[in-house]
Amino acid sequence: MKLFPMPFHSLLLFVVWLLLNNSISAGHIVLATFFAITIPWLVTGMRDEHPKILKPWLAIRYVLMVMKDILTANVEVALLIVGPVKKLKPGFVAIPIDVDSDLGITILASTVSLTPGTVSAEVSKDRAWLYVHSLHLENEAELIESVKQRYERPIKEIFGC
Amino acid sequence: MPFYLEIIICVSLLTGGAFLLIGSYGLVRLPDIYMRLHSPTKASTLGITGVLVASMIFQSHLKGFLSIQELLITLFLLITAPVAANMIAKTALHFRTKPIDKTQGQELMETIRDRKSTKPPHTPR
Repeated sequence: MKLFPMPFHSLLLFVVWLLLNNSISAGHIVLATFFAITIPWLVTGMRDEHPKILKPWLAIRYVLMVMKDILTANVEVALLIVGPVKKLKPGFVAIPIDVDSDLGITILASTVSLTPGTVSAEVSKDRAWLYVHSLHLENEAELIESVKQRYERPIKEIFGC
Repeated sequence: MPFYLEIIICVSLLTGGAFLLIGSYGLVRLPDIYMRLHSPTKASTLGITGVLVASMIFQSHLKGFLSIQELLITLFLLITAPVAANMIAKTALHFRTKPIDKTQGQELMETIRDRKSTKPPHTPR
C-alpha cells in the first residue's frame, strides 16, 4: 500500500482545500494533509486509466490560449445576442475527431463549448464524430478546420494520442 | 480604500454585471433551445469572472492578504458550464425538440440523437 497512490491529485487536494478556506493556519494544513492522504486512498480503486500529460508546457500554453478564446467568445456571443436575431444562421455540424481517449474527448468537447459560437451536443458511439451546434454558422468547412487545427492538434500532442 | 482601487472594482463589477445581463437577456431573446444554450454558457462566464475579480480585489484589500479563493469558483464554473450545456443539448435532442426552421444541418439531428457515425458530403477526412 502506497502512502500517495495519486501524488498529483494529493497535491491538488491539498492546495484546493487551503484555497477554499483561504488560510494557511496549522489546523487547516493538518486537515488538508489528512484529505490529501485519505481521499486518493479511498478512490484509487475506482479510477479509470487516463493518458498522461506528456507535454506540460504545451498544456499550460493551451490553457492560456483557451482563456483568451473564452474572452473573445464572450464578447462575440454578447454582440450576437444584442445584434439582430433574424440574421443569425444557427446550424448543426459534424466534426471528425481523431482523439480517442475519454479525457481527450472531454477536454475537446468542453473547450468547444466554451469557445466562440459553438456548443458541443454529442459524440458518436464510435468516437469518430463530435456534433456541435453553432449559433452563427457561416462557413462549415472553416469551422471544422479551426476546431481541428486550433484545439484538437494541441490536445493530441499533449496526450500523445 | 484608495481611489484607484475603487475605480478598478467598479469597472470590473460593471463589466461583469453587463455581461450577466446580456447573458440573461439572450435567454429571453433567442428563438430556440439550442440557440439559448449559447448565452448562459458563454456570456455569463465572463460576467461571473468580472464579479469575482472585483470580490477578489476588495477582499484582498480588506483582509490585507491576497485572497485567491475566488479563482477556484471561476475554475469550477469553467469545468461545470460545458457539462451542463452538453446535458441540456442531449436532452433536447433526445426529446426531438424542434429547432427553428432556418437551422442548417437539421438532417443530422436523428443521427446525433442515435449517436451514429455520419459522413457529411463535403468534409475531407
